[in-house]
Amino acid sequence: MIRGILIGVLALGIAGTAFWGYQEHQEKNAVLLNAENNYQRAFHNLSYRMDLLHDKIGTTLAMNSRHSLSPSLVEVWRLTSEAHGDVGQLPLTLLPFNKTEEFLANIGNFSYRTAARDLDKEPLSKKEYSTLQTLYKQSGDIQNELRNVQHMVLKNNLRWMDVELALASGKEATDNTIIDGFKTVEKTVTGYEESDHGPTFTNMQKKDENFKKIKGKTISRQEAIKIAKSYMKFDGNATVKVTENGKGSDYGFYSVSIKNKNTGQEASMDITKKAGHPIWFINNRDVKKQVLSLNEADNKAGAFLKETGFKNLEVFESTQYDNIGVFNFVTNINGIRIYPEAVKVKVALDKGDIIGLSAEEYLKSFHTRKIEKPVISLEQARSKVNPNFKVMEDRQAYIVNDLNEEVLCYEFLGTVGNDTYRIFINATNGKEEEVEKLKNAEAIYDDVL
Amino acid sequence: MLKKKILIKLFILIFFLTFPLSFLENNEAQAFSKQVIQKGAVGDDVIELQSRLQYIGYYNRKIDGVFGWSTYWALRNFQYEFGLPIDGLAGATTKAKLAKVSKYNEQVVKKQINSGKKFTHYGGVDQSKQSKPNNKAPAAKAPAKQAASKAAPKKPTAANTPNGYSQNDIRLMANAVHGESRGESYTGQVAVAAVILNRVNSSSFPNTVSGVIFEPGAFTAVADGQIWLTPNESSKKAVVDAINGWDPTGEALYYFNPDTATSGWIWGRPQIKRIGKHIFCK
Repeated sequence: MIRGILIGVLALGIAGTAFWGYQEHQEKNAVLLNAENNYQRAFHNLSYRMDLLHDKIGTTLAMNSRHSLSPSLVEVWRLTSEAHGDVGQLPLTLLPFNKTEEFLANIGNFSYRTAARDLDKEPLSKKEYSTLQTLYKQSGDIQNELRNVQHMVLKNNLRWMDVELALASGKEATDNTIIDGFKTVEKTVTGYEESDHGPTFTNMQKKDENFKKIKGKTISRQEAIKIAKSYMKFDGNATVKVTENGKGSDYGFYSVSIKNKNTGQEASMDITKKAGHPIWFINNRDVKKQVLSLNEADNKAGAFLKETGFKNLEVFESTQYDNIGVFNFVTNINGIRIYPEAVKVKVALDKGDIIGLSAEEYLKSFHTRKIEKPVISLEQARSKVNPNFKVMEDRQAYIVNDLNEEVLCYEFLGTVGNDTYRIFINATNGKEEEVEKLKNAEAIYDDVL
Repeated sequence: MLKKKILIKLFILIFFLTFPLSFLENNEAQAFSKQVIQKGAVGDDVIELQSRLQYIGYYNRKIDGVFGWSTYWALRNFQYEFGLPIDGLAGATTKAKLAKVSKYNEQVVKKQINSGKKFTHYGGVDQSKQSKPNNKAPAAKAPAKQAASKAAPKKPTAANTPNGYSQNDIRLMANAVHGESRGESYTGQVAVAAVILNRVNSSSFPNTVSGVIFEPGAFTAVADGQIWLTPNESSKKAVVDAINGWDPTGEALYYFNPDTATSGWIWGRPQIKRIGKHIFCK
């Protein structure tokens, strides 16, 4: 009797567990399939767009009329950005696939710049035409490789989830058609690196100027500590740690961190080995109440910069986040603002001490420049601005434009309706270099910040 | 004799009549605190500045307690019209002038702000007509609850955010930073946020914050769901710092924890530096 009941209960238990397990399994499969389908969509989209891209560059090559050339290049630009987005949805992060993405970005930059300029005034040069031809050929190669992978995926019902698992487990040695296929694509593109893409491309690569413009003698560890102490103002209880940059860095720096043994307060900063300039400095602590006004903090930040050897700086942006003031300083030489030379300073509004500094941008662009004279007059520049734009302030300024060049501009600050804009008109040729919509404070939805 | 008495009485009467007035005016001039209010500031003084500027018709946006561009232009227009030096700063003279020509009903304004209703503060209009009934009842409840639980003395209804990023973007990044670098130092958190931003700017990664964060396999915190933990205050601050231009990593695009890294490939990247548990590389 008891045995019978026991068997019954156990049988029921097993049946229940089996049912539950089956349901879990079903659910898991549904979720897996969903994830798999997302990957499949991104992958097939990618190869479809590479097809389109190749064709579109091809048609652009055959075009003669400039009126159709511009829209066609815009189309190329759009396709590259979409393909770029597709790559970002695939689990390739652990696979070196950067070169292909960079290649896409380069085509995008090239097509954008050529499409955006007035092709009637400045038609495609011979060099640009040949660049386009190389791009056509290269995109063709990538298209072929991708088609191969796609064919294998479809024929063998390969799953992207396996790729992800293979990559995550670190066993890249296992034979995986998709991974191998993408590695081949990457290899194909890496071969292009050396080829010449023309002047528009060199500008892109010049961007990483790693403090080459700084001049001065190399400092020692001891000097680095001394400099750091002038920023952090710790007493005798501090332990100091200095480390040099790793081999992968493009420039030499010391990382100094100072910890106060009593309070546990820790501050850290990076200092360039050459000439000992501060790259950044963070001395974070809780700032619980506001005693100083933003204006007083502003003055303190300015005085601090002067004390530490920054010259000719003026504040152009001040913002309060809770009880911390953040100030953005730029160089001002005879009323001309030099925007690339920017230093940011953080001030605690309780005691007024400096709790942060970032001078990376400043160090990258700092050099003694010859200040040009504007070619067009202020009135001429003003006439280039949208007539609905109400000018409130104007001045001359240097900015870095789309093509990564430093240009002298007239800067106009003003409003259209309720919004405030900053507009830069090139002081040499009257071109509208940049229009920036300045942000209004955002309503709090909840206590987000 | 009688005339004299009457005169004296009149004098006293006038004195008593005007005394409270002058007292009131005096009081109003001191209504602002002593600080010089400058663009970017947040707080009670800004609420008063906006209310007063609105009272005399210079400011027509929402009174939110954040000194933004609209407040800046309103203040400059005011300074221009009243022959004051046009510097966009609310200093002593500007504040005195403003206090003289406008009225500020602090209680009404604060009450309106706390109740979360839409309202204005124009002079010459009955205040009761200037607040709009809130059309969404539940929405009105939420700020009230918040006001009760926080009960902080100052409550601007808006916040400064760095150009180009909304509070939600910051929250999303703070989630990622918190999930990735809990237990790291503040600098370590800024560093993780900086890597996310460096990736957004790099051509080899997606071009949006969400694209970078949710790129499959990019962050372990996203893969194991730790990204959905509620971020702490310091990770939010770290994100704002990173957006404002602090990059402790030396422009790193990758980082990894040497104790747990599974992929051999990551070790091959050129290493820049180590912060806390993470090694940052190009």
